[in-house]
Amino acid sequence: MSARTLLRVLPPVVLLALLAYLPYLSFSVPGVLPGRVNGPGSMQLLATCLVFAGFALSYDVVFGRTGLLSFGHALFIAAGSYLLTVSLADWSMPLPLAVLVALGGTTLLALVVGAVALRVGGIAFAMVTLAFAQAASIIVLRDPAGVTGGEEGKALARDAVPELLVGVANAPYRYWLALGFLVVALVLVRLLVRSRAGHAMAAVRENESRAAVLGLSVYRVKLLALVVGSFLGGLGGVVHALVLGGSGPHLTTAEFTLSLLVMVVLGGAGSTWGAVVGGFLYHYADARLTEASGSGVLDALPGVLQSVLAQPLFVLGAFFVVVVYFAPSGLTGLGGRLVRKGVRT
Amino acid sequence: MSDLVLVLVTGLGLGALYFLAASGLSLVYGLMGVLNFAHGSFMTAGAYAAWLTMDALPGSMAVGLRLLVAAVVAVLVGAAVGVLAEAVLIRPLYRHHIQQVLVTVGLSLASVAAVQGIWGSDPHPVAKPALLAGTVEVLGARLPVDRFLYLAVALALYGGLLALLERTRLGLVIRAGVENRTMVQALGIDVRRTFTVVFGLGGAVAALAGVLYSQYAGTVSPLQGGSLLIYAFIVVVIGGMGSLTGTAVAAMAVGLVQQLANYYAASGIGDLSVVLLLALVLLLRPSSLKGAAA
Amino acid sequence: MSSVLTLDDVHVRYGGAHVLQGVSFEVPDTGVTALLGRNGVGKTTTLKAVLGLAPRTGGIRLRDRDITGEPVHRVVAGGIGYVPEDREVFGGLTVEENLRLVGRTSGVDAPIVEELFPDLVGRRSQRAGTLSGGQQQMVALARVLLRDNDLLLVDEPTKGLAPKLVTEVADVLARVARTTPVLLVEQNLALVRRIADTVVVLDAGKVVHRGEARALVEDPALTTELLGVSMRREEVA
Repeated sequence: MSARTLLRVLPPVVLLALLAYLPYLSFSVPGVLPGRVNGPGSMQLLATCLVFAGFALSYDVVFGRTGLLSFGHALFIAAGSYLLTVSLADWSMPLPLAVLVALGGTTLLALVVGAVALRVGGIAFAMVTLAFAQAASIIVLRDPAGVTGGEEGKALARDAVPELLVGVANAPYRYWLALGFLVVALVLVRLLVRSRAGHAMAAVRENESRAAVLGLSVYRVKLLALVVGSFLGGLGGVVHALVLGGSGPHLTTAEFTLSLLVMVVLGGAGSTWGAVVGGFLYHYADARLTEASGSGVLDALPGVLQSVLAQPLFVLGAFFVVVVYFAPSGLTGLGGRLVRKGVRT
Repeated sequence: MSDLVLVLVTGLGLGALYFLAASGLSLVYGLMGVLNFAHGSFMTAGAYAAWLTMDALPGSMAVGLRLLVAAVVAVLVGAAVGVLAEAVLIRPLYRHHIQQVLVTVGLSLASVAAVQGIWGSDPHPVAKPALLAGTVEVLGARLPVDRFLYLAVALALYGGLLALLERTRLGLVIRAGVENRTMVQALGIDVRRTFTVVFGLGGAVAALAGVLYSQYAGTVSPLQGGSLLIYAFIVVVIGGMGSLTGTAVAAMAVGLVQQLANYYAASGIGDLSVVLLLALVLLLRPSSLKGAAA
Repeated sequence: MSSVLTLDDVHVRYGGAHVLQGVSFEVPDTGVTALLGRNGVGKTTTLKAVLGLAPRTGGIRLRDRDITGEPVHRVVAGGIGYVPEDREVFGGLTVEENLRLVGRTSGVDAPIVEELFPDLVGRRSQRAGTLSGGQQQMVALARVLLRDNDLLLVDEPTKGLAPKLVTEVADVLARVARTTPVLLVEQNLALVRRIADTVVVLDAGKVVHRGEARALVEDPALTTELLGVSMRREEVA
């Protein structure tokens, strides 16, 4: 292995080792994490952050890599999550089969929705995917078949899941599960990006008509991107359900899809680390800002401003607008630029 | 029979609301190529402006009069918000359509959160004039009067917008701009000023839609605008992206399909059948949906 | 001789492509100046750079006014009429509406339309998209002539037209050029010989030749060298 490859491979490996080791750290980092690093609160928060990083990565396959502005990605994450919890609880399947059903069902759904929605391009595609996701959201909320639990959501059938993944004390195992999911997603996306299909996706993103002239079937490339992204999203949904102990209707909402878009753009669209960082930080900020607003940090401000700033989504939405304007390549792009600038001067 | 009449009138009334919500969106999209996610926020702004105005006016005033004043205030607020959003957020990103969409996404997220922060997430009841809350009997069916108001307003708006497009210089520039923005500029016309006007117009119409929808729902709530926006998107796509008459027909079709399915199949099926309708339209005539402006 | 338009070291870059690489020339304030060159050398881009339709750097002056930083609509309103390649009339609008777009007082009834394009008067209510190519070209010409211009930019007005229409368009341009200078992009060398006074030849984003039109067109060796073609006998203008 050359020194160059080593230099490229080493940081992620070290980072992974560090993340994998976190459950053995029992000190606390006040203000950053709730309680001890390996306490259940921190573990749960970090696990969810890792799952969100994977969500963002899966959406980036569609949006950042292929340039498809889909507003329906939540549909596939929710499909993975709900198919798992419903298969376990209502159809009494064993866990491995339920996972297969969730992944298979999500992939099939992506094929059908993609085949229809990709008949239009650009902004119309965005609207159509949004409509499909909305339909799913309505089904989940109205719960006509009596399986999704409506607004309450669907709890995970605890006796169908290995004991290691259940209970407060086992938070570290769920954390490792989330970390494992993120690693799998990262590896798959890296492999995809370097494959012929990945190059085709990049070509479609850069210039659709030129890609068509090169003999690529633009429709198929887009469909492939949508299906792969949805598969990863569905896998994330499965892990999300296991980590959080159930499925919630918020996973199906348009707001959730929009937040995926925000994560990817915040981190840096079309870059693996950008999506990962964006997803992780978004959920972290969402969770911690809520806490910060309850802790009295904002007490000195006038009432109206206080109540507005106490809304994490207001802060994130406004920050997002700022990033779109001033750092169109996202936080990682900005970071990279600053680093390069620092090296040069 | 009387049930059918009620379902049809309700469907048309709902379709009228969808038209109000979609027409501004369609106009903005057709001319500028901007998919405006903040359109829902404009509706919310209108609904809340009207609710606050009605509350601020003396209770001795008739509810109908208060609603009228509130609607005027809401339309002004909507227009101002639209103009402001275009001038501050959209215009600097001219020609960057994806970024423009992203900015409107950020704006919609932040504004919903801001409304939740200030007035809470719970719905607030809005006063409804007795006249609108009443019913009339037609063909043996007792029909709520407010449905007819929505239809009348939608019809007036359709006529007004059509007259604007066909009979005024602004309309001429808009129609030409929908076809080919660049060439309009190359004829020496400042199309960007038209963008601002159209955004303001879209905001005003959205605000009106928000006011009437809150009358229909009986409440204002932060997420109302967003949920109405989704139907507006569906209507705009079915209607052919940027065509006013297409939008009107699609809005009525969506309202009717939704109500008929809800009544004759099961509650909740209506929303799904709307999406099915969309899928059907996409499968049968995708070419007409490419949009007036690419 | 004074010039109406001056380009000074104009560059245009699209993404990674450096399309114009320092174009400098002057357009005299009378007659027709033909901008020639092979396909893809940057003729249309030069016109778009003048208008601000292409992202440009360098200096562009209309008479004494620097217009390099001005937005498109102001450049045009400031006195440059543009007839684009492929006409770009508004197909969904009627002939009358196409002409009215230019200004409140203009329309089919303007004297210049009756004089130069009598064919359009009877078609005022017809949608421009349903006109023939030649008629669309007349609309595209008429709508810039309704305004007073210091200069006209005309991009391949005879492309795809039948010989009789080529002659008609040439007549109109020759008439117009008596009062307004024209910068014309044209492939038809016979037409260039008939109506152009001056030529500017581009190659690979740079000016490679300037001079009298007649001198170039009647020198087969030079036209072959600069344009890759020489005039064919049967061409009409």
